[in-house]
Amino acid sequence: MPVLRIPTPLRAYTNGQSDVTVSGSNISEALADLTTQYPTIKPHLFNDGGELRPFVNLFVGEHNIKDLQGVDTPIKDGEKLMLIPSIAGG
Amino acid sequence: MLPELSRDEILRYSRHLLIPEVGLDGQRKLKNSSALIVGTGGLGSPVSLYLAAAGVGRIGLVDYDVVDSSNLQRQIIHGTSTIGKLKVESAKAKLLDLNPDIQVDIYNEPYTSENALRIAKDYDIILDGTDNFPTRYLTNDVAVFLGKPNVYASIFRFDGQVSVFYAKEGPCYRCLFPEPPPPGLVPSCAEGGVLGVLPGTIGTLQATEALKVLLGIGDPLIGKLLLYNALDMTFDFVKLKKNPNCRVCGPNADIKELIDYEEFCGVPSHDHEDDSAVSSVDITAVELSERVKTNHLMLLDVREPHELKISSMPNAVNIPLGQLAGRLSELDSADDMVVLCKSGSRSMRALELLTSAGFKKVKNLKGGINAWAREVDTELPIY
Ligand SMILES: [Zn+2]
Repeated sequence: MPVLRIPTPLRAYTNGQSDVTVSGSNISEALADLTTQYPTIKPHLFNDGGELRPFVNLFVGEHNIKDLQGVDTPIKDGEKLMLIPSIAGG
Repeated sequence: MLPELSRDEILRYSRHLLIPEVGLDGQRKLKNSSALIVGTGGLGSPVSLYLAAAGVGRIGLVDYDVVDSSNLQRQIIHGTSTIGKLKVESAKAKLLDLNPDIQVDIYNEPYTSENALRIAKDYDIILDGTDNFPTRYLTNDVAVFLGKPNVYASIFRFDGQVSVFYAKEGPCYRCLFPEPPPPGLVPSCAEGGVLGVLPGTIGTLQATEALKVLLGIGDPLIGKLLLYNALDMTFDFVKLKKNPNCRVCGPNADIKELIDYEEFCGVPSHDHEDDSAVSSVDITAVELSERVKTNHLMLLDVREPHELKISSMPNAVNIPLGQLAGRLSELDSADDMVVLCKSGSRSMRALELLTSAGFKKVKNLKGGINAWAREVDTELPIY
């Protein structure tokens, strides 16, 4: 199953887990599984209309899903997914 | 024509001159080059030290802050002896001690839409070492408008990011982050903390990229983002593409000049204790100390449990901000309530949440428990 890497700012909503195994054959299904496992992360990823928030960057391997097929991007077993946070510290 | 190196400079830079990729010509290029470093804090410290040591001929430093004791856990260009001094003055003295052959120009002012183009236009590259979203968007847009590379780095707790945003050759910061996160979603380092060595790791990578760009060698992080996590000790790279809908560097860009970045991000362009005027929903520490003598007040502390070990108020109920929305049933909206955190910004968001949930008798402790420690209970530590 695909593994989703959770950035530090969002680990508060995944019981501190850095990597969450998710099921699904595309991004949409994988994220639905993530929010079923960890419901409190949902508002941080999706807006009220259920769309991925514009500042959320999700990568499959080294590619941004925005450069692929968005939430319809297919994912393979064992694929590495990464959520990339917007951080501003300096 | 590139400037010549003096006999002293040849000795000073001999380890560079021995590398074929740098050599005498590369070192002369560095001497002829200039770099503007926005922010003289965690990232600005190692970045400016290494660029100065490397012989970058002219370094500009922008910062309007003064050195504070709480900076020294990571801002290693400053020292105990420079606490209270201007950061740019403190840094300049250290840089010129390290390398008197370079020029250090200091700008003791906030980097804003009014002055940024004027300050940045005479530099070859810009390094983003700022600590807040508005100044990051500003730094990006300035670099895009002036056609200069923006060597970017950012940190939070154990995470770091590095890239070279250069709109002429690849994506810009806005291509990746078209919009900032909503205010309050991502804590700043002043609120969320940062491992002291993290800006050292990330800042030296940022300085490395700057030197590569100035020298024109190697494979800079244009179109690539480096992600570092200190806890897992992982380095990941992802590919970044130019966003065709980018509002500053795309073909249909609609942002043609600098905007109001605080308005765009909905947050102030600094990572300080709140210094705004007392508003109608605020209660000051001194007022609170009077009120508790006569009234029954419910104190709601929205900090994380590990922060309570540093300082706490007797009888305060602790519900961390992240849990508040799910635990409103534990509170009584009939109670007079004062919400507090470290310095007043998380509690303000808690107050907004409570107000929208129908709580009408809520006040925000202005300046947080740190203000209480400064003005009322001076035995209490400030952090
Ligand atoms: Zn762009």
